[in-house]
Amino acid sequence: MAGGDRRFILHFDWTLFILVFALAGIGLVSVISASYAGAHRTWDPLVIRQLIWIAGGTVAMLIAVLVDYRTLQAYAYPFYVVVIGLLIAVMISGHATGGSRRWINLGAFHLEPSELAKLAVVLVMVRYLREEPPKGGWGLRHLIIPFILLGIPAALVLKQPDLGTGLILVLITITLVFVGGLNLRTMLVLAIAAMLAAPLSWHYLKPYQRQRMVSFINPQADPLGSGYHIIQSEIAIGAGGPFGKGFLNGTQARLNFLPEQSTDFIFAVFAEEFGLAGALLLLTLYASVIARGAWIARHARDRFGALLAVGLTAIVFWQVAVNIGMATGMLPVVGITLPLVSYGGSSLIAMMAAMGILISINTRRYLF
Amino acid sequence: MAKFHIPKSNRPVPLLEPRIAALTALMFAVFGLVSVRLYYLQVLHHQENVELADRNRIRIQRVPAPRGLVFDRNHRPLVDTKPSFDAQLVPEDSDNLSLTIERLERYTGGDQIAGKISDADEAGRPPYEPVTVAERLGWQQVVALEAHQLELPGVSLQITPARHYLYGQLAAHLLGYVGEVTKNDLIQKADYRMGDEIGKFGLERVWESSLRGDAGGQEIEVDAVGRRLRVLKEIADKPGESIVMTIDLNLQQAAEQAMAGKNGAFVALDPRNGDVLAMVSHPAFDPDIFGGGVKASAWRELTTDPNHPLQNRVTQGIYPPGSTFKIVDTIAGLQEGTLNPDTAYNCPGGLWFGGREYHCWRKQGHGTVELHDAIVRSCDVYFYNVGERLGVDRIAKWSNQLGLGIKSGIDLDHENPGTIPSSAWKQKRFHERWYPAETLSVAIGQGYVATTPLQMAQVAAQVANGGIRYRPQFVKYVEGLDGNIAKSYPPAIENRIKIDPDDLEVVKDAMADVVNGAGGTAHKAHLDDVIVCGKTGTAQVVGSSAPVGESEADDKTPDQFKDHAWFIAFAPKDHPTIAAACIIEHGGHGGSASAPVIHDVFQRYFQLNPPPPKPEIARVLEDASPSQ
Repeated sequence: MAGGDRRFILHFDWTLFILVFALAGIGLVSVISASYAGAHRTWDPLVIRQLIWIAGGTVAMLIAVLVDYRTLQAYAYPFYVVVIGLLIAVMISGHATGGSRRWINLGAFHLEPSELAKLAVVLVMVRYLREEPPKGGWGLRHLIIPFILLGIPAALVLKQPDLGTGLILVLITITLVFVGGLNLRTMLVLAIAAMLAAPLSWHYLKPYQRQRMVSFINPQADPLGSGYHIIQSEIAIGAGGPFGKGFLNGTQARLNFLPEQSTDFIFAVFAEEFGLAGALLLLTLYASVIARGAWIARHARDRFGALLAVGLTAIVFWQVAVNIGMATGMLPVVGITLPLVSYGGSSLIAMMAAMGILISINTRRYLF
Repeated sequence: MAKFHIPKSNRPVPLLEPRIAALTALMFAVFGLVSVRLYYLQVLHHQENVELADRNRIRIQRVPAPRGLVFDRNHRPLVDTKPSFDAQLVPEDSDNLSLTIERLERYTGGDQIAGKISDADEAGRPPYEPVTVAERLGWQQVVALEAHQLELPGVSLQITPARHYLYGQLAAHLLGYVGEVTKNDLIQKADYRMGDEIGKFGLERVWESSLRGDAGGQEIEVDAVGRRLRVLKEIADKPGESIVMTIDLNLQQAAEQAMAGKNGAFVALDPRNGDVLAMVSHPAFDPDIFGGGVKASAWRELTTDPNHPLQNRVTQGIYPPGSTFKIVDTIAGLQEGTLNPDTAYNCPGGLWFGGREYHCWRKQGHGTVELHDAIVRSCDVYFYNVGERLGVDRIAKWSNQLGLGIKSGIDLDHENPGTIPSSAWKQKRFHERWYPAETLSVAIGQGYVATTPLQMAQVAAQVANGGIRYRPQFVKYVEGLDGNIAKSYPPAIENRIKIDPDDLEVVKDAMADVVNGAGGTAHKAHLDDVIVCGKTGTAQVVGSSAPVGESEADDKTPDQFKDHAWFIAFAPKDHPTIAAACIIEHGGHGGSASAPVIHDVFQRYFQLNPPPPKPEIARVLEDASPSQ
């Protein structure tokens, strides 16, 4: 491994590494804006904590880089079981905020197991799909196990209720099954079935979730109630204009018109202050992460590594798409963080660890 | 270790390539879509969203301008503003709102507080915006609120300028009153906001636009829950302009005093320009009680009072003019040539016409009288004859010329034009022809004839000035903030009739003798230094709103059947400077009930405005005239 160390440094994926910190930097700036309460105040504790999370995330990322990703195959199921256990624990004794139980109080740290659930689902899914599919691709009967693997955590997450994470779990599973070699006819059948089932799911939504759907279709139906978030977010983004109002000059966030401004709606905070230019820069950074993830997948040393890279990239992509889609009023409001940017320890550390695994996959194609 | 070099063509995952490529394409397509959406929001709809964001955060706090002051003709203040304590409530700051309201009502004695809050909410009150729940608190109430501050979360006291009428009920109907804007006002007037004060009646209403001024304001930045963070911009208010009236405070006070305890109306005009010098309508009201939301009980009391204190009897009260109308007959007859000073009729105490007898008020009759004596002694039979020769339509024509049956044009709301009957009027009103006998009633100012006190004062003024009818005005000028005249109201002539000076002199002589001569009916209006000219009248109450038959059984007050007492007058006889009309409801005879009022006011007037020393020639003429 002595020679490997040199190569390790040589082939370390600096591109991705820098992208991660660029995004985390934008996140920090946005959290400062979101929590800014006037020049007379000292820095909000939120900002300090975000800095700590970034530091913690960096450690997690470096550890992930050092670990040979192939060993993750052995830990996939145990990790999955632990996460399921945590999700159950949340249900039993979780810390409730805003009507849903999502956190486990660990003293200094509120752990949000649903952030870990995304990693766990990716790992077990990839672990299952690492086998070459039969000729013609995976059929319906091969999907029973992935369906169960998705179903358990998804049900637990939806129970919290956390519609956003549930949705992401479904989307990354679909992505992985698709890339992993799903039979195209099976895919078509599933797509049609899903479309037919969609109206039925209405009955399983909570009233506030239904309200969000209605508000999405017509935000003005209840501008001070459930339509409020969408309207205020669109106003913030639009008021930013081409070049933004400037750092700390956004009024929508500073005066608390934006809901969840340091987490789910942080994009609006950023877009108000830095405008279209800033938003496009942010999108470009994400697109670069995705392109890099796709490149790593295509150049991975083995099928497990390739699919793992796809899965991790898919987490980033879907969260970005759903989060920004929601903030710009293209999608209904579901609580989802903007990866690497939103405030929050669990999300940031989990996402940085995921990026570490990606780097690890890329680095290790030279090592064996 | 040896196989670390991997040829590119031999990737381990070729099978995945196409789908990874498809997935990547999908992802970029989604990002493209998001970029388009961002362009739409941030470039195409940028301005619109900026405005929405500003509307979110900026709240305009209006500061109503102090209302303009009102002065009398000598610039003595009549109406000003004084600080008043209002209680405000921020409903969001009270965790038990109904309890807070209950206590607040107990300490302030107010009612409808919950109603005021729901009204404000209905009108779109943003959260954390205070609602004014009780206004013009007394000292006791302020102390009670201060002492129980801890029990009243969300309640605060605010000092606001409140309208103050320095002399209480003085000239209440002319000055009017202010009140809070109604929902209806808000719909009609764009620049008013809830809680604003608005002139409701009288001068306050008509001169609202001058008195009000322009509200100032503050642009306040608020956060999402409505907490005020800082003032972004301040716009100074522009206080209202002041009004200088034509009325004379001293004269008005004299008139109020002379009318004290009586129901009726008094108005004095300057015959040279139409200025209203004093105007009294009794019973009156206290304009102060309307400011800051009149209490329901007080309002009910005012509106249901059988004496109608809110009615301005000077312009809205209509009464048969009685014998004061004989002046109108005289002018009509003289102008039409059916009457001249020498015309004589015999009065045996009544006149047979159309099969029934029309009485003279003096049963024993006046004998044969000429015009002068007929006026001085107010002979009914004489004027039955005058009226009969004129016919109703010519009486109507000259009545209208003198301003009867039409609005005077004074700037007060709901002026009543009164009624001057004519054959056409009767046809239109009752679809019936005019009977000549009805003309007799008209000639003595009864029957269908109805006039306001202001109109009769105008008749007196036209005799005084030789036939010029000025529009009565009670505002001299609007005084701008710099103290200069912003708008003045020069005399406005409504009509002018040419009366032969000799004829006019006959009428004046007769009216002078009504007050000063032997057999005159209004000696009580006599002044020592000035020759007062006047004419009494008695308006029969029969057939008026007071029901005669049943009220006898009620046995309330015998005053109810007494006639209304009229007196119209002007002075001095030569170059008159004041003309007036007075009616005392159920006062009995004009000479005994109304003449003293005019006496008191005229006496005060000439104390304040001493007449020029009489030139010798005038004295000679005066001495000569009674001997005619």
